[in-house]
Amino acid sequence: MDISISKPKSSGKDYQSDQVTTSKDKVLNIIIFILLFLFALTMVFPLIYMVATSFMTKNQILSGSLTIIPDPILIGKYSEVLKKGQFISGIINTVKVEVPVLLIGGFTSSLAAFAFAKMEFRGKNALFLALLATIMIPFAVVMIPQYVLFTKLGWTNSLAPLIIPGCFGNVSMIFFLRQNLYSIPSDLMDAAKIDGCNYFGIYWKIFLPLMKGALGTQLMLWFMGIWNDYLAPTIFLRSEKQWTLQVVIRSFNHYYAIQSDYALIMAASVIAMLPTLLLFFAFQRVIIESIAISGIK
Amino acid sequence: MAKTKVKVHRSAMAKREERWAWLFIAPPFIGFMLFMAYPIVFALVASTSKWTGVNSLLGNIVGLRNYIKIFSDAKFWKSMATTIIYMIGIPIGMILGMTIAMGLNRKIPGKRALTTMYYVPVVSSLVAVSILWAWVFNYDYGLLNGIYKFLTGAHGPNWLGDEHMVKISMIIFMVWKGLGGTVILYLAGLQNIPRDYYEAAMIDGANGWDKFRNITLPLLSPVTFYVLITSLIGGFQVFVEVQVMTPNGGPNYSSATVVFYLFEKAFTNGQLGYGSAVAVILAIIIFIITAFNFWGQDKWVKTID
Repeated sequence: MDISISKPKSSGKDYQSDQVTTSKDKVLNIIIFILLFLFALTMVFPLIYMVATSFMTKNQILSGSLTIIPDPILIGKYSEVLKKGQFISGIINTVKVEVPVLLIGGFTSSLAAFAFAKMEFRGKNALFLALLATIMIPFAVVMIPQYVLFTKLGWTNSLAPLIIPGCFGNVSMIFFLRQNLYSIPSDLMDAAKIDGCNYFGIYWKIFLPLMKGALGTQLMLWFMGIWNDYLAPTIFLRSEKQWTLQVVIRSFNHYYAIQSDYALIMAASVIAMLPTLLLFFAFQRVIIESIAISGIK
Repeated sequence: MAKTKVKVHRSAMAKREERWAWLFIAPPFIGFMLFMAYPIVFALVASTSKWTGVNSLLGNIVGLRNYIKIFSDAKFWKSMATTIIYMIGIPIGMILGMTIAMGLNRKIPGKRALTTMYYVPVVSSLVAVSILWAWVFNYDYGLLNGIYKFLTGAHGPNWLGDEHMVKISMIIFMVWKGLGGTVILYLAGLQNIPRDYYEAAMIDGANGWDKFRNITLPLLSPVTFYVLITSLIGGFQVFVEVQVMTPNGGPNYSSATVVFYLFEKAFTNGQLGYGSAVAVILAIIIFIITAFNFWGQDKWVKTID
């Protein structure tokens, strides 16, 4: 077994993890580690540079020579950003979209997932497939009619175009929760039925607590999606007062680049990225797992 | 008699369950009808009208004239060509992603930290990182030209201001933004390959390349196929990074994509009927890719049986 593994020829493409490691393999693993680390560093370097720029003075930024470490370190740009009314209202508007969508949409999605996984009704599979097909419809295809619809309904002067559609539920969430519910035995369902529990009671008292973990992960991913959304708010929001955070930082980029105030632009962008990044660092295991599952199934 | 009674009773219960279930799935269905099904039908009708949102939609039906105009518009073809050129990034991302995943699948230290580093761009806000890269690509003060000058002493290329360079810049950005996702999918795929396959191959005297070609590559084909299809579908919808980095579509419209063109026609020029026709074309392209997905899955994807 070890003979072929130590052949120099086999080393380049050999990668199994649980194999007996020879000393040659160990050396190779160290080399691979160094390469992977250097490349990973290159990947995150622009983000490090982003944070560094946000602390730099205008003179340093426009000096034209390569500098990465801020000298002197200036934290004033962050307080300057946080004092801008538009930036704060961007955060508030984004939260105003997040809260109702996640609460109501999370509820409607989990209820539908429960019905699809645990209840019997005619047309179950056909209806589920029809719903699933909507994932494949790109937003760009429906954005003009949606824009017209929301304008006719008089929603475009408020955050309603971003809130109301989400409250009807999220198909990929229904899909993942349904998968999760399949792993919970249906005996619970039958026992509850015999006890005379109504269907909503079964969902609320038994299955909702059981899918808490999966629901939490899905809500987190949805939170990030709403937080980072740019195209829908750009199209649907008429007045600047309603702008969400992503639209605000993009307009900052437009406005302050003319004044070469890159430190301010970067500081605003760093703050805008922070919530999703912190969530990711805190829950990376479950987030990465749920991404990996989508490709394997 | 008793038997029928039980049956009647049962079906009443089943009916009750059914009514409740329909009620429970009603919200996503109403949402689907209002915000997906109706808009699609609407877009189809609107695409045949010279409609601006102000005039009457049905009073300005022009048949297929919008489509003919689109197909004879050089700007449309230019944006379509650019959209496809950007897809050069897909195989680059796949090869890099697979290579990195194979490295991460070995016995190396700091696996999780490395995976996190590769994945950070994926979870970062697209607008924020587009703003960041516009700064990195900045001709006078950007990081890339800073490094270029530091290394060569000469002034670097005009990353976003040159007609050809801007395409390369966008491809670099897209590979950077998406690579982490590909790495994670390939890593999960690699961990799914049973170890004894390699042991058996080794006993047969197979070398590393043989194993890669005959075991790894075919058994990763579901992931490869999934990444390819989702990247193609995503590739036809590229918009935000283009709008943030090159608000006017780049020098000589060289960075504009199909969705950029659509957005410009519909929301900047107010040609809603014309824009709808572009949307329908986009929908057809994506529908074809999806259909190809179902057809190709049986043909090319090898699974472990």
